[in-house]
Amino acid sequence: MSQSTLAIRRISAHAGAAPGENVERDELVCKLIDTTTCIGCKACEVACLEWNGYTFTETVFDNSYQTMPETTWNYWNLIKFNEHEREDGSITLLMRKDQCMHCADPGCLAACPADGAIVQYTNGIVDFQQQNCIGCGYCVSGCPFDIPKFNPTTKKMFKCTLCVDRVSEGLEPACIKSCPTGCLHFGTKDDMKDLAETRAKQLRENYGIEKAGVYDPAGVNGTGVIYVLHDITNPEAYGGLPKNPHVPWVVRIWKGPAKWIGNLAMLGGLLGVTLHYLRYGPKEIDAEKHEGEKP
Amino acid sequence: MSTTHVISSRRPVGESGGRIVRYTLSERVHHWLGALFYIYCLITGLAFWSPYMYWLAAIVGGGPTARFWHPWFGLAFTVSMVWMYKMWDRDMRITEPDRRWSKAMEYYVKNEDEKLPPVGRFNYGQKLFFWLMLYGVILLVISGLGLWFVESIPWSLRWLRYIAVTVHVIAALATIGGFIIHVYMSTAMVRGGFAAMVRGEVSAIWAKTHHRLWYEQVTKDTRDSAQGR
Repeated sequence: MSQSTLAIRRISAHAGAAPGENVERDELVCKLIDTTTCIGCKACEVACLEWNGYTFTETVFDNSYQTMPETTWNYWNLIKFNEHEREDGSITLLMRKDQCMHCADPGCLAACPADGAIVQYTNGIVDFQQQNCIGCGYCVSGCPFDIPKFNPTTKKMFKCTLCVDRVSEGLEPACIKSCPTGCLHFGTKDDMKDLAETRAKQLRENYGIEKAGVYDPAGVNGTGVIYVLHDITNPEAYGGLPKNPHVPWVVRIWKGPAKWIGNLAMLGGLLGVTLHYLRYGPKEIDAEKHEGEKP
Repeated sequence: MSTTHVISSRRPVGESGGRIVRYTLSERVHHWLGALFYIYCLITGLAFWSPYMYWLAAIVGGGPTARFWHPWFGLAFTVSMVWMYKMWDRDMRITEPDRRWSKAMEYYVKNEDEKLPPVGRFNYGQKLFFWLMLYGVILLVISGLGLWFVESIPWSLRWLRYIAVTVHVIAALATIGGFIIHVYMSTAMVRGGFAAMVRGEVSAIWAKTHHRLWYEQVTKDTRDSAQGR
């Protein structure tokens, strides 16, 4: 998106350093989602469509309040509705706004083979650059949250941009702007962490929600989207939020040691046949030896 | 294929410099179609494999174009391998002379061919390469479908996505290893091999030197047919 106004910390499949690689920015941006005050109104879903210029497409009714089963390439913000049975047997509806988590250690970026198709700005936003995307879908395998989605018409991948075009102009993301209950907050990572911890403490001490806590998974070095959950021990109940997300180890090996082992093996093969040629040379048929011989 | 073992009508084999048909037109066409499809997949695949080789995508039209055609060329290569399997399945089975030859392979590597036991139409190494490519392409096409339609693999079965990546990488690297040796041997090392796959013919001496059992079979067949047996 608006690449020009933000320095880039990481670039996918880039042979060399990123311009902002060693930049230590004071402020990482962060979105805080307090699931305990979400009312499931879906204003954020509409605001996301409006700002990003997508029209609503037909969906299916599956006996749930949820708009559709998963986010799609042109629907980046989806509240997941889950009926949950409390320990005392009563039923509650858990609602969690699902979107890209903007991992500090993004698996999509690690898996991407196209130079510059995925970037991470120094403010922490992970953004797809569709002009460089080749539509291979490796990011789908790299993501621990099942977020990147493929547009079959343009053959490009899409996901939430954390409204990088708004943020780089000093505005808050569209979803934040639209939230009527104030369950969505936007600010620096430090501020949001403080606010989230304060809220979780309040829930534990004043409301007796003993397991309330903050979801900022360490497995991906923290995320640019953090949650306050009623039950931090069971994030899976919130529409499959992974308990300990991390970049799949297969992706890590594939993009790390396997690359070097594979490259060395290929180089070794080329070197091997070259040395063989230098040492033993070609198999030539000695014509003289066979002269006059009856075949 | 019996049609393979025909002596060229241009010059009879008994004369010095007699030519023997080694590959029929059909065999050569399928070999080179397979080569085209494989090399396309190799160039584009290497581009996706490493950022330092991503420039390779540019020579086949850029990243998105390379990504679009890679799976289709992969399918074409699969079809071509199946075709080659139908053509060469019988010729490629490992036989007793091959096992004897494989034990003496060291002499082949050292170009001390006179110490080698005789082999048929293909030697043990050629056969290994054929089976490597055949099993390789089976693994590549199955895992490749997983990579192509990655979103069709449900989240709950995502381990399949990771297996697809792993299998695709390992199978591709294995075929590349075979490919390097194959290209080296057929162009640089074994003189006459490349020409045989282009023009289809080898000299009688070449056949006798490298594939004596095949040579004996071919000349016997020809004599028999000449004598109307």
